[in-house]
Amino acid sequence: MARIDIDPVGTQVEEQYGAATAERTKPASVLLSELVSHLRDNRTQLREEWARRITEAQLLTAMTKEEIFAEATSVYDNYVEALETGTFEALQAYARNLSERIIPRGVETHEVVGIVLLLRDVLARSLFAKYHADFTKLNRILDAYEPAANRIANTVAVGFVQERERIIREQQEAIRELSTPVLQVRERLLILPIIGVIDPQRARQLTEQLLRGIRMNRAKVVVIDITGVAAMDATVANHLVQTVEASRLLGATVIVTGLSPEIAQTIVNIGVDLGKMNTVGDLQGGIEQAERLLGYKVVPFGEAR
Amino acid sequence: MEVPILKQGDFLIATVQAALTDADLLHLRAALLQQVVRCRSQGVIVDVTSLDVMDSFASRTLREIAQMIHLRGAETVIVGIQPEVAFAMVQLGIKLEDVATALDLEEGLAHLKQKSESPT
Amino acid sequence: MDNEIQVPINSDQDIVAARQKGRLLAAAMGFSPVDATLIATAISELARNIVSYAKSGEIRLSVINGSVRQGIRVVAQDQGPGIFDIQQALRDGFSTSGSLGLGLPGVKRLVDEFEIVSEKNRGTTVTAQKWKP
Repeated sequence: MARIDIDPVGTQVEEQYGAATAERTKPASVLLSELVSHLRDNRTQLREEWARRITEAQLLTAMTKEEIFAEATSVYDNYVEALETGTFEALQAYARNLSERIIPRGVETHEVVGIVLLLRDVLARSLFAKYHADFTKLNRILDAYEPAANRIANTVAVGFVQERERIIREQQEAIRELSTPVLQVRERLLILPIIGVIDPQRARQLTEQLLRGIRMNRAKVVVIDITGVAAMDATVANHLVQTVEASRLLGATVIVTGLSPEIAQTIVNIGVDLGKMNTVGDLQGGIEQAERLLGYKVVPFGEAR
Repeated sequence: MEVPILKQGDFLIATVQAALTDADLLHLRAALLQQVVRCRSQGVIVDVTSLDVMDSFASRTLREIAQMIHLRGAETVIVGIQPEVAFAMVQLGIKLEDVATALDLEEGLAHLKQKSESPT
Repeated sequence: MDNEIQVPINSDQDIVAARQKGRLLAAAMGFSPVDATLIATAISELARNIVSYAKSGEIRLSVINGSVRQGIRVVAQDQGPGIFDIQQALRDGFSTSGSLGLGLPGVKRLVDEFEIVSEKNRGTTVTAQKWKP
């Protein structure tokens, strides 16, 4: 008797032992695909319920109802797909993408974790509603569902946190860049006014920015003004000297202005010959010297016709 | 890998590639000297734009090249040192002292022209 | 050991190979271009020391996982004559005449952690680590 076996294990067992046992011995993957079909078939109402629960729990308050629903749709679909395929790369990529969008809106980690757990619960409840008549089957389906659901929650949370850390780092970087402007005042002339306290990390960032600025602006002369720097330890003084040397390698001449006697002493103490360094008392004088180096004629205002 | 050396008027331009071995550098040193003599060049530009790492041997050899070419009455300019490479060089502590440097080929040529017009 | 890139160092060409592999690994790990260059430069100098003093040896590159961040580890090992006075070697840098010195203080500045073990006629092992901020 020929028969097309669609579910070979189940039907054989069913023949021998009856329906309940057949259910018990179904492999988890089969159960999971049953689960996935259920979730897909009831997509619309489960999504709606989830969105409702999110608002009830006062999560994602930074977003509008429409936005929440739109994102809920994508998350739901990605969630179900992750359940189905058992692979999480796509989900991870999606989590990062989502995070990138909602973090600037002020969404926090606990909210993201919260909504994913809510979805897990909404789906679990729906499974219960469907299979409550067959406790054995319900148990097995939940057994198949739970580890996958937890892994998904984890993946999304980790993705969010990593993305958040990345964004914070970028913002800090941007803030640092903004607070240490390299100004192009004339063609081929850059001014780097340094204000405040410089730690080695900021000093290094300054150097990198300056070198990139020299390259981009094709600067031939750089005036580094440290009038606004109160004190400098040997490490930072070293960085300054290195910045001067590195700038020279890019073909630029560096003039340091606003060198206080204390800082001058620190530089001498680290073994640098100040005589070899191009220094001028104040920024104005430094700019004038720079202009001379560049071939601009500096004429006193009154004489200019 | 042989470093190509081009003649541009009174000047020679050598363009270095990223994967520059010690042997390539020594070969370049000999080749440049030979060409400077043969062409009676007034100046040499070594373009290191593609060089991703400048280590102690490279900087030492470049300085030797500059010194040897200077003895022939010509000037050398190293151009195209990348910002990251310049940063690594100063951290490492290698200085290209006594060697002229310029931002790029254009600047290098301008420098050489200026030097040949008003030699010090 | 798995998860390690091993580069035999026997000639000047191997110096280039080692530093290019190092740069690739650093870039793949997400190090900034500046840091990748620092790492490649450090590898170049360490490999160069092997060629100059020990004639042959090995550079091993691997990823290290700290509790909050990742880093790259460079191990430069040789069976050469060994460094006679490590303390002195760590003080010497490159003099302006460009005369030899191992350039170890310089390499130290390029990385975050630096360790050197050397014994006369037993060879030298330098371990350098740089963390991704």
